[in-house]
Amino acid sequence: MLRSLRSDPPLTLRQTGPGRVHLVSTAAGPLGGDRLELRVDVAPGTTLELASVASTLVLPGQGESVTLVEAWVGAGATLRYAPEPVVLAAGCAHRMVVRLVMEDGASVSWREEIVFGRHGERSGACRSRFDATYVGAPLLRQEYVIGDPASDASPAVFGDARCAGSVLVAGHTPASPPAPAEGCAVLPLAGPGTLISAVAPDTATLRHRLTWGERHLRPGDV
Amino acid sequence: MTSAALLLLADSRLPAGGHGHSGGAEQAVRVGAITGPEDLARFLQGRLATTGLVTAALAAAARDLASTHRAGAPGAPEPALDGRGGWRELDAEADARTASPAQRGAARTQGRLLLRSARRIWPSAALDALAAAVPEGAHHPVVLGVVAEAAGCGSRDAALAAAYTTITGPATAAVRLLGLDPVVVHRVLAGLVPDLEGVADAACVPLAWEELPAHAAPVLDLLAEQHLRTEVRLFVS
Repeated sequence: MLRSLRSDPPLTLRQTGPGRVHLVSTAAGPLGGDRLELRVDVAPGTTLELASVASTLVLPGQGESVTLVEAWVGAGATLRYAPEPVVLAAGCAHRMVVRLVMEDGASVSWREEIVFGRHGERSGACRSRFDATYVGAPLLRQEYVIGDPASDASPAVFGDARCAGSVLVAGHTPASPPAPAEGCAVLPLAGPGTLISAVAPDTATLRHRLTWGERHLRPGDV
Repeated sequence: MTSAALLLLADSRLPAGGHGHSGGAEQAVRVGAITGPEDLARFLQGRLATTGLVTAALAAAARDLASTHRAGAPGAPEPALDGRGGWRELDAEADARTASPAQRGAARTQGRLLLRSARRIWPSAALDALAAAVPEGAHHPVVLGVVAEAAGCGSRDAALAAAYTTITGPATAAVRLLGLDPVVVHRVLAGLVPDLEGVADAACVPLAWEELPAHAAPVLDLLAEQHLRTEVRLFVS
């Protein structure tokens, strides 16, 4: 049961099924200077699926744009967060912050895809910080910096990839993760979870690689 | 000043097993991502900006925690931990920043070897406490921070030593793997001195542990996992 659903443009929430909500962009952006916040609470024992209808195009503007997503997943609850990619248009200055808090027995699948500019375009700048805790203990902390000459073209960081993405699957410990494939690794974390991490030349390949990782992680359960 | 202690700490001749690790360089050479000094320079710069910054910040935090414990040595007042937890908590912060199991394994192996040597070189209560708290072997930067404190180094020295070792290991490995001119590779390292100073400064910005830098390098994760599954290897990681 969805107890409350509140939103204001440019982000509108639409219920599209039992326990399923789509994010609909009802204005362009975010643009520089915008600050968007999304707060999700999944009550103990319940299930929510959150998706978006289209990719998010981050555009330049006055100063930095910020998106903050805070999610709390109660005991035994399930959240599947699978929005479409974030595209960093040339000249943008973006910051993405995710804080994911999971209680005992929570089960979460959390997808993030970042595209370094539109076709044939230089990437805008972005700092992305992801913090996930499971029953109070740190599970995954990751930052991506895009648009920094020190790391952009580095064969240690993104290589010649044009997009990067990951799916955090928390609350499951895989029996035997597959060996890494081209551009994708399935990484069992120290805590209860696995990170599927991929880089790719284009978004279709990125999604294909992440889906490959998910399929090997939880056969028949994705 | 503790510059002599810092030199000892960062010396590649410190018998702590660091020479056995290439920090992803061996696999990068194998897949053709490093073929010469230019590729190597970009590899090292990216590694320093990500893994280098994270390990430097963890080392500085570990050094500060060890120093807090020293203030609480027998006869001194109780350690003022300000609810910041202890060694296992800091080690868990390192775990959360290391998604690749191959890299966690390499970090713990290097941590164990450094701790074993350091307890004989710079015997200290903090090193004993760390060994007791994390018997499976703490992450290398956590150990390095405590060793820095035992050797008389400050937080920035600890951060600098940690950042430095994240690039000198792969640089030396690349010389051996590709037969590069060691002088050219040292020039590459010399060019990274401003980056090293910047990383050490950034690593010492006082933050709660959960807010410490967590810069990830997806390609390094991928290389580490591929490397672990490669049969013929010159380096452990």
